[in-house]
Amino acid sequence: MNQDKLTAPPVENELKLSDEKIKLQVNDLKLYYADSLALKSVNMTIPEKRVTAFIGPSGCGKSTLLRCFNRMNDLVDICRIEGQILMDGQNIYDPKIDVAELRRQVGMVFQKPNPFPKSIYENVAYGLRLQGVKDKRILDEVVETSLKGAALWNEVKDRLHDNAFGLSGGQQQRLVIARAIAIEPEVLLLDEPASALDPISTLKIEELIYELKDKYTIVIVTHNMQQAARVSDYTAFMYMGDLIEFDATNKMFTNPSQQQTEDYITGRFG
Amino acid sequence: MKSLFGVRAWFRSGTPWIWLNAGAIALCLVMVIGVLGLIVVRGGSHFWPADLQQTEWSPESGQKKVIMGELVRAETVSAVMLRESGATVPAELEAVTRYLVKVGNRDLYGRDFSWYMDYEITGWAAPEGAIALERRERGNFYGFPLRLNEGDTLIAEGAAMWPELLKRVERANGIFQQMKDIEKNDISRINNQIEKLRLTERRLVLDKVSDAEMAEFKAQAEAENKVLNDEYAVIQQKLDQLRAESNRDNLVARSAEGREVTISLANIVNAFAPNDMSVWQKTRHYFSGIGTFLTQEPREANTEGGIFPAIFGTVTMVILMAIIVTPFGVLAAIYLREYAKQGPLLKIIRISVYNLAGVPSIVYGVFGLGFFVYIMGGSIDQLFYPEALPSPTFGTPGLFWASLTLALLTLPVVIVSTEEGLSRIPSTIRMGSLALGATKSETLWKVIVPLATPAMMTGLILAVARAAGEVAPLMLVGVVKLAPTLPIDGNFPFIHLDQKIMHLGFHVFDVGFQSPNVEASRPLLYATALVLVLLIVVLNMAAIYMRNRLREKYRSDTD
Repeated sequence: MNQDKLTAPPVENELKLSDEKIKLQVNDLKLYYADSLALKSVNMTIPEKRVTAFIGPSGCGKSTLLRCFNRMNDLVDICRIEGQILMDGQNIYDPKIDVAELRRQVGMVFQKPNPFPKSIYENVAYGLRLQGVKDKRILDEVVETSLKGAALWNEVKDRLHDNAFGLSGGQQQRLVIARAIAIEPEVLLLDEPASALDPISTLKIEELIYELKDKYTIVIVTHNMQQAARVSDYTAFMYMGDLIEFDATNKMFTNPSQQQTEDYITGRFG
Repeated sequence: MKSLFGVRAWFRSGTPWIWLNAGAIALCLVMVIGVLGLIVVRGGSHFWPADLQQTEWSPESGQKKVIMGELVRAETVSAVMLRESGATVPAELEAVTRYLVKVGNRDLYGRDFSWYMDYEITGWAAPEGAIALERRERGNFYGFPLRLNEGDTLIAEGAAMWPELLKRVERANGIFQQMKDIEKNDISRINNQIEKLRLTERRLVLDKVSDAEMAEFKAQAEAENKVLNDEYAVIQQKLDQLRAESNRDNLVARSAEGREVTISLANIVNAFAPNDMSVWQKTRHYFSGIGTFLTQEPREANTEGGIFPAIFGTVTMVILMAIIVTPFGVLAAIYLREYAKQGPLLKIIRISVYNLAGVPSIVYGVFGLGFFVYIMGGSIDQLFYPEALPSPTFGTPGLFWASLTLALLTLPVVIVSTEEGLSRIPSTIRMGSLALGATKSETLWKVIVPLATPAMMTGLILAVARAAGEVAPLMLVGVVKLAPTLPIDGNFPFIHLDQKIMHLGFHVFDVGFQSPNVEASRPLLYATALVLVLLIVVLNMAAIYMRNRLREKYRSDTD
């Protein structure tokens, strides 16, 4: 057991936020649902091409915060936002921003696999077709690279035109990831991507995240602390709409600076 | 401790409820099977060639005579009742059995159904050699064949005559079909073109074109008219020739009581000798009778012949209705569910739509007549068909208005089921599309609407089932008891939306309750009802099949 741990690839040691290139910067973000304050003045920076995990008990606002990055909260009528989020220095809540364009750059994968009622091929090609790509060769190529990128190609290459609902839950979730990376976003938001899956599918998704971080800035919300420890470079702990602590994952799990973080991680509440 | 046995315990066990529920479903089944069984038996038996029964009838007043015909039914009535209605029943009898006989030969007897009292007749027997002739006019003939003539020359007599007769009847039928085709295609085309010329001229008059132009057109029209009239004359000549051809042969036959009748073979649809037919022959006759019923036009005020125009009209109207109602209903439902701001106003609108489904159908009929036919149709005539006025084109009940009225009637059904389908689609799928940078309308048309198609089909199934069986509003907006032509034919524009149509539901009403010959049309009533039920079943099955295919295609594990 111990031997295994030693031979496992060493976690990149001594990651420091101050050394990272910043992809997303959250400045004094407040979010109201009707009159109740769901996010209380959050300030944080998301480093580029790293995996950042949000952990915290249910209802702490971690999913809400995640949805702020691609403005999914706009769909909720009673939701109101103050403050700003800068992506590469540009405020995404600027009224001049085209939300559809933003969502092309900030992809999202949801808790439950949600493939469209189309073939596997069409699911992956959906985003490109929206952008008006009609060339069959380009589509074929992107579908293949995306499915390969999502580690699904070998399992589905012979049945690309079958209905996506015929896939297993884990395959569907990887298909959804392939669909998201097909339009080459810069940021990938994962909202508890493995919580509805069995352990083996979960493992595959985690391996996938590990591979994807070379190309994308990944933000993942998870309930599973082992998962956060396994896949992320940085971890943010949230509680009751507050960002309690945000640091390199190694440090968070070994030597958190806040008592609340330690209590949560060691399982004393939540 | 109370006893575990006994009524109380039995009630508490829940058994009575199971019996009650099972009883309810059993009752439903009995009723459904009863209805279907009745129309199947009554309608289906009509086509079986019944034996011709003969007897000697000696009424109190008048002389003895031999009668022959199909026994329709027998019933026993009290003698008192008969005496009260004027019959002289022997004093010793208390109850009398009487027989309803289809004696046919309307040209000889004046009516083709008669009652005969048990005490006035000797026993029934099926004589050999009796024949039944189904005629185009004056109903069936029952009797015995004597001679077959071609003009005035004798062709065959006795036993050799029968195969010759059948051959020649077939020939006459072939000629008749030819004549009908000519009337249907050539003559209707020529009439159509002549009418078009007349309307074009009238139009030019209304448009107040210059005299020169008018003269030019008139010259041209005259030339065309002449060509058409010449063509018509040729066709007419050919028709006359064919008519003479078909009247070439005639059959001299003897009725049961001994009168001789000469029947032109042109008047015979079908000749058969039921008493000499084997079961196998009867079965063939039975199915060919059903075929004729389904593919031929009605004759003799709908008491004979087939119901093809009614089937055709019903199907055309229902399909047209489906084409109209589906887009309207779906678009309305999408607006209500996806775009409209949810609030009290929307609630009121939704309740109004739902309640429209409960409005009596005759109200839709009145609305259709008042608004669609008179106001909309009238305006269309004024704008587009002024040359045909004062005879209306669209300002009179017709196929299009009937379909439109039915579409209005079934609109709520489609809206309600589409809305339900839309609301069942999981929001995660919506989110997934939006997260890929799709706009709301892209999401709607590429993902949501395809997913909701099975629900739309469900709405359409309900709409079709309701529309195909509806009669009351149709009587006002376009259905008639006898339409001379089908709404789809070979003349441009091929589908005639302004034409009146026949409809199975209305046909049932007409045959059953407006018929001049109740006894003759009674079996047709059941047969038509059976066809109507089967048609609705077929339309529904087709729609259900399509829905299941769609369901399979858009199968979602979230359902």
